[in-house]
Amino acid sequence: MTIQEQKAVVVEKQRVVVDGVDISGHWNRMFEQRTIFEYTPEQIEAIASIAGAESFAYCYQCAKCVPVCPVDVVGNYGPRKLYRYAQTGVNLMESPELWLCTTCANCLRVCPKEVNMVEIMPAVREQAILQGKFVPPELQQAFENTAKTGNPLGQPQRKRDAWIAKADVPVPIIKDLGRPVEVLWYVGSYPSYHPRGVDAACAAARIFTALGIDFAILGKEEKDDADSQRLAGEKGLFEMLAEYNIATFNKYEWKEMVVTGPHELNAFKNIYPRYGFNRPVVHYTTFLVRYLDQLKPLLKHPVRKRVTYHDPCYLGRHNGEYEAPRLLLQAIPGLELVEMGRNRQNGYCCGGGGGGMWMDSFTAKHTRMRLSEKRAMEAASTGAEVLAVACPFEVSRFEDAMKSTGNEHVGVLDILELLDRSMRGEEAAEHPQPS
Amino acid sequence: MNIVVVLKHIPSVADELPVRGNQVDFDSVDFVLNEWDEQSLEQAALIKEALGGTVTAIGVDVIGELDNLLHLALAKGADRAVKIAADDAGADSHRQAKWLSEAIRPMAPDLVLVGVQASNDIDGQLGPLLAAYLDLPYIGVVSSIEVQDGTALMNKEFAGGFGARYSVRLPFVAGVQVAPKPPRYAPVSKIRQIAQTAKIEVLEPSGEADSGLVFRKVAPPVVSGHAEMIEGSPKEIAARLVALLKERGLA
Amino acid sequence: MSKDILVVAEHFNGKIADVTFEMVGKARELAAGLGGKVVALVIGAGVEANDLASDATLQVNEPALTEFNPEAYARIVEAVVQEQAPRLVMFGWTSMGMDLAAWLSGRTGAPCAAYVRDLRLENGGLVISCQAYNGKLIAEVEPQGEMTIAACLAGSFPTEAGRGATAATSIPSPIALDSLRVRFVEAIQPPPGDVDITTQAKLVAVGRGIGGKENIELAEELAEKLGAVVAASRPVVDAGWLPRTRQVGKSGLKVKPKLYLMLGISGAPEHLEGMKDAELIIAINTDKKAPIFNVAHYGATADLFEVAEAMLELL
Repeated sequence: MTIQEQKAVVVEKQRVVVDGVDISGHWNRMFEQRTIFEYTPEQIEAIASIAGAESFAYCYQCAKCVPVCPVDVVGNYGPRKLYRYAQTGVNLMESPELWLCTTCANCLRVCPKEVNMVEIMPAVREQAILQGKFVPPELQQAFENTAKTGNPLGQPQRKRDAWIAKADVPVPIIKDLGRPVEVLWYVGSYPSYHPRGVDAACAAARIFTALGIDFAILGKEEKDDADSQRLAGEKGLFEMLAEYNIATFNKYEWKEMVVTGPHELNAFKNIYPRYGFNRPVVHYTTFLVRYLDQLKPLLKHPVRKRVTYHDPCYLGRHNGEYEAPRLLLQAIPGLELVEMGRNRQNGYCCGGGGGGMWMDSFTAKHTRMRLSEKRAMEAASTGAEVLAVACPFEVSRFEDAMKSTGNEHVGVLDILELLDRSMRGEEAAEHPQPS
Repeated sequence: MNIVVVLKHIPSVADELPVRGNQVDFDSVDFVLNEWDEQSLEQAALIKEALGGTVTAIGVDVIGELDNLLHLALAKGADRAVKIAADDAGADSHRQAKWLSEAIRPMAPDLVLVGVQASNDIDGQLGPLLAAYLDLPYIGVVSSIEVQDGTALMNKEFAGGFGARYSVRLPFVAGVQVAPKPPRYAPVSKIRQIAQTAKIEVLEPSGEADSGLVFRKVAPPVVSGHAEMIEGSPKEIAARLVALLKERGLA
Repeated sequence: MSKDILVVAEHFNGKIADVTFEMVGKARELAAGLGGKVVALVIGAGVEANDLASDATLQVNEPALTEFNPEAYARIVEAVVQEQAPRLVMFGWTSMGMDLAAWLSGRTGAPCAAYVRDLRLENGGLVISCQAYNGKLIAEVEPQGEMTIAACLAGSFPTEAGRGATAATSIPSPIALDSLRVRFVEAIQPPPGDVDITTQAKLVAVGRGIGGKENIELAEELAEKLGAVVAASRPVVDAGWLPRTRQVGKSGLKVKPKLYLMLGISGAPEHLEGMKDAELIIAINTDKKAPIFNVAHYGATADLFEVAEAMLELL
């Protein structure tokens, strides 16, 4: 199955009479005869009739969303345009535009009408999936991998905790521990399997250990949170994993859950409560910043780098955490933090959210450049030597983007890795070593 | 194309199969979809995609849990789901085939697809029995079916990678060994949605047939020889195996 | 109803297949007990059919039927059965027999036993052992009625007792062949290109227990270290995790390597058919009751991943 751009249908009328009044021109404040365009509301109504997508119809075309839309910056997109396309007869359900939104929520931030793409997109995508419409094959593969192996990478479940061998510190598995713990650390799929994610996971394990935190992980029992799969439209898969994860979380006694990734934070804190899970969950930056006083003396080795920080959409805009990552970076001796033009509430999306992580080839066909490339160039233009991130999706995305935009000199490191370097003094690595 | 796909709900062989009296203890085993039926479902979906038409999934509901399988079939492209409410966990292939034939005959299918075999086909498979009862030709161990102008071109597998291509005039019954593509992913959203909305047609069993087999005993195989079992931790087992292989010049 | 046994012969490339000799041998033993004759039925011209130990061999000398045709063969067997009214009809549980045995049962109402591993007479009645549920259970059944159909697993009986020199008697096709709905088009040869597992000295064979495509890599690594090639059981191939050229068993290839190291294969009869003559069979499976342990020389009840990974470290 393929997907094609659809043709706009615009009906031009020379003369239009509304309630007996000729609005075509001359007599009113228009100085000359004008052409009136007529649109059919059918496509808009079709989208707005989907549960969760009602706000699609609220749009009044003010266009505030367009300049802040990260996809529009590299293509021709923006929520307003989607409404406009629908006005001209384009069926969003069968259009490539359906799969480009990363649910970054920057449009929602500025929208006076609260047209909520974060809810519209999953709802319409789910309908497209249910109706057997085109779904990018690479996304389908991620769904299938998640359903079969418990992670979108398609890696074996039995290897979920294989990374701990590289951590240099003991990483307790809660099942083997057989006692309650203070902190259940949900590692996440990319930190468990992706080589660069594993680097961050190992760093986290060392930091937690150095701080004397009583923590454990789920090990082979851990499965993907599936929040991005939900945003990409596979709500059933999300629910299936949510049911499994909640049952797993509740098998054990722990006081607080720390997650490595913002998507997991969003899942467990904002969405899982709908399924009956209401236990405290924090992102590692929020968690570690509480230990700043204990952490600072451990950060013995200066990291003399100019560093810029990329706000992950699901940590910042979605969950309001802007300062903890910056405080952690500023605690590192020798580190100079510089900001990109788009930061905090207006942070630019890396392109990985809302399922974008698994649609890179598809997105590339419909945009001028990748979102991650745009952001990588912004980071490089600050003169930074390191782009610091706090989301496991981002390290590999930005490392690729630095290479493809000729900015290999800019390293990409998770805040965890920077803290770990300062703690252990592994300054030698100008660029992260691929594991 | 009017395609009927037959699903067989069978005891899972993943775990131990407890025996009660002279039969499997059906109450204490999990039932699963016969693995070959996933292939026939995929084959049906591929033909429908190529030619259009309808796919009807049908099965004998032996333990009252066939709905789950029918939902899966609908999520994978079936248009219609029918179950024969038998509540007879021990229903043999003859009985099931007879009931199925009575239900399928009025559907006047162009093609009936059945998994080539099932692990509990002690009295033979559903496919050829169904074909006999419906008075249709049967061809099994099929690995691809293409339909054109009322004729199917199909590959049948023999041993060792050999096979043969046949053309068969519709209608007929095919026993599917494997579909040309691995079974597709059914979105969980779709299965869940279908579970809430799908209408499953329910039929009463009609017709009588008997395998004519009296079960004397069902038991795990009597062990004539047995492997020398290597005990210990995985590491110890591995060490022993590697030593063994080296001893014999195999590693 | 006679006391005779009809063995429906299987042939390939003009030669009678081993399973037929096996069945004729077994049939002779049973016929002696029943006081009947063994009649072999060979369908197709150009088949060398004078080497069976049957009492009589009937050959339908039709060039059009040299290649298997499920519809024609089924109708011919049905016609011959009606005429001869045998006590027992034997098929191989093969790609051919699987098309014919249960169909004949449905047509005639005679009971059919599939997955047959053994047949014997008790007080004049047949007792049949069927290897059901992927070989996990043996069902002993007593077929009722005057005629019984049995579909026998290849390799269940020795071939020697079935070899003889009975000259085949040519018979005309008992059915008209002009109105058949099934037509043979062409033979399909095994796909070339991939490694030939039948010529490998060492095979690492993976079964359903390997779990998913993502785990094949582990078997590949182990095979590489051992100088072996990865083979598979049918479910692994059907799932698309490995190409069909790697499949061992009834619907795949027969292999006889020096080493057959099995990871997560429970040992369904169809698989055993393809590998039971390997010189050294080692099986690792989590199920201590897996039938494969009755065939393997060495076995271990363990997680195949843990053992394979530990072996990798040692090799």
